[in-house]
Amino acid sequence: MSPLVTDLRYLLPWQFSPTIFILTAATVALYVRGVVILRRSGGRVGFWRVFVFFLGLGLNYAALQTYVDYLSAHMFWIHRFQHLVLHHIGPVLMVLSGPDRILRAGVPPGLRQVRVAPWIGRSIQILFRVVQHPIVAPILFVGIIFFWLTPSIHFTAMIDTRRFILMNWSMLADGLLFWWLMLAPRQVQGHAAIGYGTRLVILSIVAIPQLLLGAYITLHTTSLYPIYAVCGRAWAVSPLYDQQIGGLLTWIPAAMMSLVGILVVLHHILHDPEATDVRSRRSLAAAAHPAGSA
Amino acid sequence: MSRRLQKWAPAALLLTTALVLTGTLAGCVGSDPHYILTSISGLVSPLDFSMTDEDGQPVTAADYRHQLVLLYFGYTECPDECPTTLTMLANALHTLGPAASQVRVLFVTVDPNRDTTGVLKRYVSNFGPQFVGLRPDQDELTALSKRYRISYHYEKPDKDGNYEVDHSSAVFIFDGRGRARLLALSDNTSQQVASDLHRLLATS
Repeated sequence: MSPLVTDLRYLLPWQFSPTIFILTAATVALYVRGVVILRRSGGRVGFWRVFVFFLGLGLNYAALQTYVDYLSAHMFWIHRFQHLVLHHIGPVLMVLSGPDRILRAGVPPGLRQVRVAPWIGRSIQILFRVVQHPIVAPILFVGIIFFWLTPSIHFTAMIDTRRFILMNWSMLADGLLFWWLMLAPRQVQGHAAIGYGTRLVILSIVAIPQLLLGAYITLHTTSLYPIYAVCGRAWAVSPLYDQQIGGLLTWIPAAMMSLVGILVVLHHILHDPEATDVRSRRSLAAAAHPAGSA
Repeated sequence: MSRRLQKWAPAALLLTTALVLTGTLAGCVGSDPHYILTSISGLVSPLDFSMTDEDGQPVTAADYRHQLVLLYFGYTECPDECPTTLTMLANALHTLGPAASQVRVLFVTVDPNRDTTGVLKRYVSNFGPQFVGLRPDQDELTALSKRYRISYHYEKPDKDGNYEVDHSSAVFIFDGRGRARLLALSDNTSQQVASDLHRLLATS
């Protein structure tokens, strides 16, 4: 094989998933259609907004449908990197780009008229409200990390292809839900919206168990996850070295993402007319323009 | 905010309980009180392959039905791990006695370039009559690595062209109907393997 062909091999799926392919393609189509329609009707869609959305979507796709997928099953730290993308970085970028307006504009008219049975709509609504509850959402977000990293569960997730797929899907779905709840502006969230103050508390709290778990894995002096020796590592590294890098990836970037989230929420507070107390804004305005108020 | 909290508190409680329960249940999988080795029932794909055996004949999983199959991946120039594991399995079969005739150890080479059928045959004959050397082509080896989620990685050759191969260490154990049942790990003893093989033979 020529070097080019060998390199392209790494961009192809290790285990092709029609579901991921179709969902990604549909999202791209919806988004591009939305951008075209908004631009035609005179709306502004900035380059960076589109860029950040596709960066997030592309990272998620790459984590699931390239050679990374193989490596993540055979190297603990690459598995941790894959989940950092699926559960943190990818969803954060997608939500930060504020895709709701563009995706809504992109829905074809035929699809808009589709009506589901009321009980289905209601069930989805209830389920959505439960998982987006300000107590449930952070428990799910942290719980899912601890669940899949429990050594006995981790063992079965790595040896059973179906569980492996379920694990990655659950991380991506929970990542999108959690970061949407944390980072999307209140006005676009509808009923699920929670206050910015509550979000700051949640973001601070979820960082702590991630820090503790990361530190526990990094500083553990025996191998917690023997499955990587059982099924073979992608290349030869010492099990403890692999575990330490994986632990650090769980430890440091996770906390960083909470910090990024807090900065985004603070940005919302400063720019949202409804967020801060109306009276204090008025008094601020009055202080800034004493002559105008007269 | 506080009204929202109260409204959904029962749901939150329910979900948390469900999560904890799921976690507990999932944690139980992988251990079967009847066996010492790690249970992989329902987790690993059934026995399925098509390769060339040590005599150059094409074989498939169907040729090993009604026998206990121990599937192990390695290569003949493996310096330590493969001989250690194969010796442990040979000792287990020795402990098992006459019942060992119902067991086959399939040694699949992850280095088909150097491990020709002749080399394989000479190598496995050192361990006993139940040992069979199998040689996959490169496509089949890729398919097997996906199916059983194992890896193999060729190290850089030295100046004489010799190289080592990193590979999985597990022994996958299948029952007479080709279902994946147990996983023997490198820290399991031949006594433990013999005991579980005995139980598997008795119940199937």
